[in-house]
Parts: sequence; C-alpha cells; structure tokens
Amino acid sequence: MEAVAFYIFAAIAVVASLLVVGQRNPMYSVMLLIASFGALAGLYVLLDAPFTAVTQIIIYAGAIMVLFLFVVMLLNVEREDSATSVATMVGPTGMKLGAGLSVLLAIEVVWALSRLGESHFGHDAETVNISSVARIGQALFTQHAFAFEATSILILVAMVGAVVLARRER
Amino acid sequence: MVSLNHFLILSGVLFSIGTAGVFLRRNLITVLLSIEVMLNAVNLTFVAVGRYLGTVDGQIITFFVMTVAAAEAAIGLALVITLFRHRETLNPDAYTALKW
Repeated sequence: MEAVAFYIFAAIAVVASLLVVGQRNPMYSVMLLIASFGALAGLYVLLDAPFTAVTQIIIYAGAIMVLFLFVVMLLNVEREDSATSVATMVGPTGMKLGAGLSVLLAIEVVWALSRLGESHFGHDAETVNISSVARIGQALFTQHAFAFEATSILILVAMVGAVVLARRER
Repeated sequence: MVSLNHFLILSGVLFSIGTAGVFLRRNLITVLLSIEVMLNAVNLTFVAVGRYLGTVDGQIITFFVMTVAAAEAAIGLALVITLFRHRETLNPDAYTALKW
C-alpha cells in the first residue's frame, strides 16, 4: 500500500518536473510545477510530516506559484525565441554540454546512492513524535528561535527589495 | 517496502531535472522554476533523513528553505520585471551589457 502510493507520487513528481523543463509555454510550466508540488506533499505525508505537506501546499502552491503566475501574465511573453539568439550567443555545443552535465549528475547520484545498503525507516513510538506539530513548534521557537527571527528580517528585506526593484523610475 | 534509499534516489533525479532546466532553458522564468524544482528535491532529502533519524530538525530546515525560496522568488521576479522593461525579452543571452 505504502509502496504503491510512493511510486504513484514519485512518478507524478518526476513526469511533471520533466514537463516543466520541456514545456515551451511558461504558463503550462507553472501549472505543471504546482502538480509536482502536490505530489511532493503526498510524499511528505508518507514520511509522517503532515505539517510540511500542508506548508508545501499553502506556501509553495498557494503563494510562490501564484507570484510566478502573476509575473507570467504581467509580462505576457508567450514563447521563448529560440532559433536566433541561442545559435548566436551560446551555440548548440553549450547546450549539449549542459545537457550532458546534468545527465552525468543524475547517473552519478543514482550510482552513488544505489551502492548504499538498504536503510529502512524505524517504526517506533518516535514516529508519532515527529509528526506532531507541537514538537516542531517547540523546537522552532526554542532551539531555532534566532534563525526564525532572522528569517523574518530576511522576508522584510526581500519585500522592500522587490518593491524598490520593480518600481518605475520617474 | 519503501526505504530511505528510494526517497534519496527520487530527490537525486528531481535535482538533476532542475539542473538540466537551468542549463537548457533560455527563459528567465523557466530558469527560476527549475531552481524551485532543485530546492524541492533538497527539501525531500531533508524530510526523508529527518524521518530516518527520528528528529524534527529535517522538517524545520525545510521550513527555512521554503521561507528563503519565497524571498528568492520575490527578488528574482522583481529583477525579471526590471530586466524585461529594459530589453523586452526574457532570454538571458540578451543581457550582455557587462560582457566584453
């Protein structure tokens, strides 16, 4: 049962991510990325992390992807102009090199990981502890309180920076 | 039986797909989307290893990665809008003003 769910979610995530990269229209890319994030949220539920699954949906699919959609619609660029610019600036050799490097990365990662022994997840009482939001909140606001406050400043800086950058000069 | 290895291999594959997108695509928005795919692959690793070790630290790091991704998306998209106003294109090869 768990294995079936894992393979279904993994297939959705991989296929949707491949289509994100392969898609010409950025609008479809954003939509497919939302599908991929949904599948990842399912995987988080399988990993006993319901809080992360919910934040994945709310923050990623709900906030960040809406921001992307907004910009795609605002700029209204339908397709990328591939033929002229790519040939003149980078050349197909550069793209072939990039594709080769990423395939090499995939092979290397899978090869290295397949040499590991099987590491099975524990099924003890600690599993229940991990999925409790209370424990996450306690660790977040005691052990990691400084990092938490630092992210709030980061968000403020990002907000001010985005407003300053996107503002029209007059 | 699903083990930690399955999740690690899946996130390795997702990370490679994101890398391929950054290398291959000639559209600034799609490049940013590929970076999001890579961040999500790393998040999956953190949550899976956290589950394996029986700690909540993996989920907490994932939470921070999500916040940083939100900040990155806001700044990155503001930059894309500003660049688009200058050149009317989203092709990263068009921005060569600093190149000699």
